[in-house]
Amino acid sequence: MTDLLELAGVSRVYASRRGLIGRAVAVRAVDDVSLRLAAGRTLGIVGESGCGKSTTGRLALGLERPDQGIVRFEGEPMPAPGSPVWRRLRARMQLVYQDPLGAMDRRLTIATQIEEPLVIHDIGNAAERRDRVAALLRDVGLRPDHAARHPHELSGGQRQRAVLARALATDPALLVCDEPVSALDVSIQAQVVNMLTDLQQARGIAMLFISHDLKVVRQVSHEVAVMYLGRTVEQGDPEAIFADPVHPYSRALVSAIPVPGARRRERIVLTGDPPNPADRPKGCAFHPRCPVAVAACRVETPALQTLPDGREVACHLAPGTIRKAA
Amino acid sequence: MEGGSVLRHGLPGEQLLPLTSADAVSMADTLVSIRDLRVAFGGVPALRGVDLDVRRGEAVGLVGESGCGKSVTWLAALGLLPAKAAVAGQVLLDGQDLLGASPATLDRIRGGRIAMIFQDPASALNPVHRVGRQVEEALRLHRGMAGPAARAEARRLFDLVGIPDAGRRLDTYPHEMSGGQNQRVMIAMALAGQPELLVADEPTTALDATIQAQILDLLRRLQAETGMALVLISHDLGVVADMCSRVGVMYAGRVVEQAPAGALFTHPAHPYTVGLLGALPDMVGPRRRLSAIPGGVPEPWNLPPGCAFAPRCDHASPACAAAVPALQPAGDRHLAACIRVNARAPEPA
Ligand SMILES: Nc1ncnc2c1ncn2[C@@H]1O[C@H](COP(=O)(O)OP(=O)(O)OP(=O)(O)O)[C@@H](O)[C@H]1O
Ligand SMILES: Nc1ncnc2c1ncn2[C@@H]1O[C@H](COP(=O)(O)OP(=O)(O)O)[C@@H](O)[C@H]1O
Ligand code: SF4
Ligand code: SF4
Ligand SMILES: [Mg+2]
Ligand SMILES: [Mg+2]
Repeated sequence: MTDLLELAGVSRVYASRRGLIGRAVAVRAVDDVSLRLAAGRTLGIVGESGCGKSTTGRLALGLERPDQGIVRFEGEPMPAPGSPVWRRLRARMQLVYQDPLGAMDRRLTIATQIEEPLVIHDIGNAAERRDRVAALLRDVGLRPDHAARHPHELSGGQRQRAVLARALATDPALLVCDEPVSALDVSIQAQVVNMLTDLQQARGIAMLFISHDLKVVRQVSHEVAVMYLGRTVEQGDPEAIFADPVHPYSRALVSAIPVPGARRRERIVLTGDPPNPADRPKGCAFHPRCPVAVAACRVETPALQTLPDGREVACHLAPGTIRKAA
Repeated sequence: MEGGSVLRHGLPGEQLLPLTSADAVSMADTLVSIRDLRVAFGGVPALRGVDLDVRRGEAVGLVGESGCGKSVTWLAALGLLPAKAAVAGQVLLDGQDLLGASPATLDRIRGGRIAMIFQDPASALNPVHRVGRQVEEALRLHRGMAGPAARAEARRLFDLVGIPDAGRRLDTYPHEMSGGQNQRVMIAMALAGQPELLVADEPTTALDATIQAQILDLLRRLQAETGMALVLISHDLGVVADMCSRVGVMYAGRVVEQAPAGALFTHPAHPYTVGLLGALPDMVGPRRRLSAIPGGVPEPWNLPPGCAFAPRCDHASPACAAAVPALQPAGDRHLAACIRVNARAPEPA
């Protein structure tokens, strides 16, 4: 079976200027990332701000072209953004972002905005589209009377539902959800998370689920990738990674999540600031903050290795890849 | 519209709840005591009678969904709300009512006995002044320090909050520092007045997980070292569970439950607290479908009669609409504002 989505050795480099007169430096926002996503499955991407999650999402949708590597959708190379083929493909892959208010046009009614992709992709006649909008509203748990409202007349949770309804209008095979519930309160977040998993089951949608919230990612994902400074450092089964992370960064990240009720685990507090992507440390990019770094970490970039339990880890000290400290 | 207020916990002069020995101790130890705090903006109620105590040296968490009144409670307590806000009730600091205090008194208390830090440190700091100068200014205001002494103390505070290369960092501007470092500067400024209470309003919400862990660690260490009390406002139940010994849960402008942290998370008494915990995905154990609380928070100008949680509550009955439920005992040092609490079996001690 071919994967619905594949990123093979994908990199994306931005030129970023430091200060007003600083010279441009290359920022490797995404560095040699490989991912596969099968139909109906969810791949969660976690990591801290600036680690390249959103850039990965945009590459997956073909909104940006990789500088290296290749993105395939249904086995075919992703066409150039803006090309007629890509535009047609866009009906099959949609983006849901964090800020539902920013994602909507405040002047248009909810119904008009949900209908918009149908108009763009020339799907159905006016009557069919009206029925489709009504069905979508129902699917995402909005009432018929919400159709005539404007975005600011809905609550945050309702707006996020409306954004989802719009993304679902063209019956996509892939949803890239970039922090879809991060702006929502926990009780509303649970409603939207449940709805996403229900919709996935009913429609067999694949999801790339980007979030800094490990708890939510664990809830929705079949597989998870932990990113650090543009690279995947650990990838595999969420149960395995969240219960027993192997990479020192994943361990710190997981241990940093406070959970009510649970016995307090040993907290690994990393020293140092979050890393600067424009000033990527040599060797393993995590080494300045890594509590167990060895000399080799400063010079050699660890490659992803497959562990016996099937997960992939990029660390010189991962079991099975242990090397002598120089 | 307010009903059942006779039973409100600890109204001044009418202690209607049975006193336990722990209560007797706590009354002597109480640093800040908020009673029936009410705030309205243009006639729209934001706080509808908040009761909350903070004892010396303790860490109290305040949780609840956005807009429930967590920030307004402490902004009102410290006289930081805009003039259009109508404020009533009592905020006693060692018996002195802050709501009636003169501006000069308040200026001395704010940043002195009680300090506050906010979610977004960059906007709370002055962008055009070096961070060291801002800390020195706080030292001048609250401890009368100036010149090299203030400089040296600012440097000591930077060291204390874990800013590396403190001497040099005093001369940087807020935009030259990361969010985590700016939050450390804010904490250093808050410590300048040697506060007895630090109110931290979502201090880590804007920070990455590993940086959040650093800042929480710092707050825990400072609290242990200085003996100051901490009020930690957060929408993250995990953060509060981790940091606080007692927790208040707010809903629609009221404290609907308060309890020792252990009891709150193992035996929540108010249906809203039960709902919040059920809505939170777990990090361990089998995955389960989240039990979302239906509906949304009511608009403050359109509150249902009686219990504001009733439209979302599985246990609501007509009696819930009769009056706003007062906080009632639901266990040891455990209060909940729900009419069903009386009917519940007491939790195991
Ligand atoms: N258009 C762009 N031009 C220059 N730099 C960019 C651009 N887009 C992203 N970057 C940089 O690439 C890196 C990765 O950014 P990205 O938005 O993918 O991070 P992220 O993981 O989604 O972070 P967050 O959690 O904050 O959303 C960052 O350093 C960012 O500043
Ligand atoms: N300056 C203000 N003017 C008008 N309404 C306000 C103001 N500050 C807060 N509110 C309202 O008061 C209520 C409580 O707000 P707040 O305490 O900030 O909530 P949170 O629990 O998220 O901290 C909300 O309905 C909010 O919109
Ligand atoms: S490779 Fe070295 S520095 Fe990187 S995570 Fe592993 S031990 Fe730490
Ligand atoms: S008072 Fe009634 S509606 Fe309110 S929480 Fe209790 S049972 Fe639910
Ligand atoms: Mg992003
Ligand atoms: Mg607030």
